Amino acid sequence: MAVLMDSTLPTRRRPLGTLIGIAVIIAAGIIGYFLFPNNLALLTRIVATMLLVLSIDLVTGYCGVATLGHAALFGAGAYGAGIVSAHFGITEPLTMTLIGAAAGAVAGLVSGLVILRAHGLPQLVLSIAVVHLFHEVANKASGWTGGSDGLSGITTDALLGLFEFDLWGRTAYFYGIALLLIVFVLLRILVQSPFGMLARGVREDPIRVAAMGASVHSVMLRMYVISGAVAGIGGALNAISTQVVGLDSLSFTMSAEALVMLVLGGTGSLYGAMVGTVSFMWFEDVVSAANPFHWLTIVGALLIVVVLFAPKGLYGSAAAFLSRRRGGGK
Amino acid sequence: MSLFEVKNLRKNFGGLAVTDNVSLSLAPGDRLALIGPNGAGKTTFVNLVTGHIKPDGGSIALAGEDVTGLKARQRVSRGLVRSFQVTRLFADMTPQEHVALAILQRDGKSTRMFGRHDAMREVVEEVGEILNLLGLTELAHLKVREIAYGQQRLLEIALAMALRPKVLLLDEPAAGVPQSETARIERALDMLPPELAVLMIEHDMDLVFRFAKRVMVLAAGAVIFDGSPQDVTQDVRVREAYLGSYANAGSAA
Repeated sequence: MAVLMDSTLPTRRRPLGTLIGIAVIIAAGIIGYFLFPNNLALLTRIVATMLLVLSIDLVTGYCGVATLGHAALFGAGAYGAGIVSAHFGITEPLTMTLIGAAAGAVAGLVSGLVILRAHGLPQLVLSIAVVHLFHEVANKASGWTGGSDGLSGITTDALLGLFEFDLWGRTAYFYGIALLLIVFVLLRILVQSPFGMLARGVREDPIRVAAMGASVHSVMLRMYVISGAVAGIGGALNAISTQVVGLDSLSFTMSAEALVMLVLGGTGSLYGAMVGTVSFMWFEDVVSAANPFHWLTIVGALLIVVVLFAPKGLYGSAAAFLSRRRGGGK
Repeated sequence: MSLFEVKNLRKNFGGLAVTDNVSLSLAPGDRLALIGPNGAGKTTFVNLVTGHIKPDGGSIALAGEDVTGLKARQRVSRGLVRSFQVTRLFADMTPQEHVALAILQRDGKSTRMFGRHDAMREVVEEVGEILNLLGLTELAHLKVREIAYGQQRLLEIALAMALRPKVLLLDEPAAGVPQSETARIERALDMLPPELAVLMIEHDMDLVFRFAKRVMVLAAGAVIFDGSPQDVTQDVRVREAYLGSYANAGSAA
């Protein structure tokens, strides 16, 4: 083919994004372990929340779906993993995690089917309704969930038969980091795949996607199910590490806070989700210790500053700044 | 049997007939221009045909199959593709990604959850060929928001090509493009496969006369002329429909 000679596209050096991400997660995991050896429970909670925020990024950042009800998926995973342990004696942690992922995926399918019927504000309202419904169901089914007392009696075997989940939370912490790494790598593959590209297309212009012959609804629903599995893993991690599941894990408050963390870090990059979660939860922890009375005010002020001066979020704005500086040379 | 057959298509908006018993048929290789004064119902016609709005009556058949009840995307996968009057592109994505996505979608691979489009050799090659054909190779890795509007219009044509349609509906492909760049649009349209049936809506009469082998004129939702480009300017009803609007401006352009 004669055209081929001229048609070779200028190649662009791809940054080794995924490898850098893996290195950063491992490094941060090790640093966290040595800096805060007495605070591993908080760090594990941060990792679990990170999984929730990542899962919101999939539907919000990649598909453009607005949701204030994503904790429903996280809670489904937490209750799924907790209930099989407390009621059915399935105490193997990997199995519990997989069940949590499955429960989250099913919750994602159910809430996706409801939420994706609408667009814009009605969609947001539906997502709030969904998380309230999940919350009420968990509250009423107290025989299974422990209701407002929380689900207790969750026990877990040693991880891989070797590492007991200890009082210090070391095993839970490293298990969390390992889960985060696996999820991160899989999601990187996903968002760079043709499907990930199609999802970005849906976010930018659904009508164009339909004009290419693709089903917008099916893309969003698939992403919702995947997102549910990711949130479910986060929920399962929370259940395994704290050995209790409370109603707050599928609350509106948790949904809203997680969305705030995503906006704080920046949507649509996976990195923003992780940066936002760490920043928010670390800041919350520091400020609430320093000033137990006004900490929420300070968190609010921080958010206003970020949204006004770095509307792409902490990571998004930093990345944009760096690429502008690099782009200046060409 | 014709490739594309629209029969007695009707649509009312609040009692006003915006599409009034419009029929047309296209054979492979046809180059038909649909013209008419503003508000004649041209874009509504495209929206009806492509499935973006539902008709009140009439039928649409593609390659012998009745597609009247099908969704827009189902018509696309059967080979009925459109472009938009105002470009609809993904602002944050590159031309390379746009064309790759169209190719992957055409081949049923757009929902693959692993692998990268820029590592799939046959995709990269075809993207390269199409972008090269339209002179967009140098812009392959820029975001669409960073490229000029005229080039965005070319990318719309590139997407249509990548989908390999049987029938292509171009809704004002040169709208918003500076006069100096319409030649590039024209060249791009010349590169469309010869066997493809094309229906083009356009206001730029020079482009219409150079591109179309046949012209249909729509006024108040109804077809008032269907014939050769040479005859359209002589037609009394067409002159009446255009009188006082831009019949003169069009010939001056």
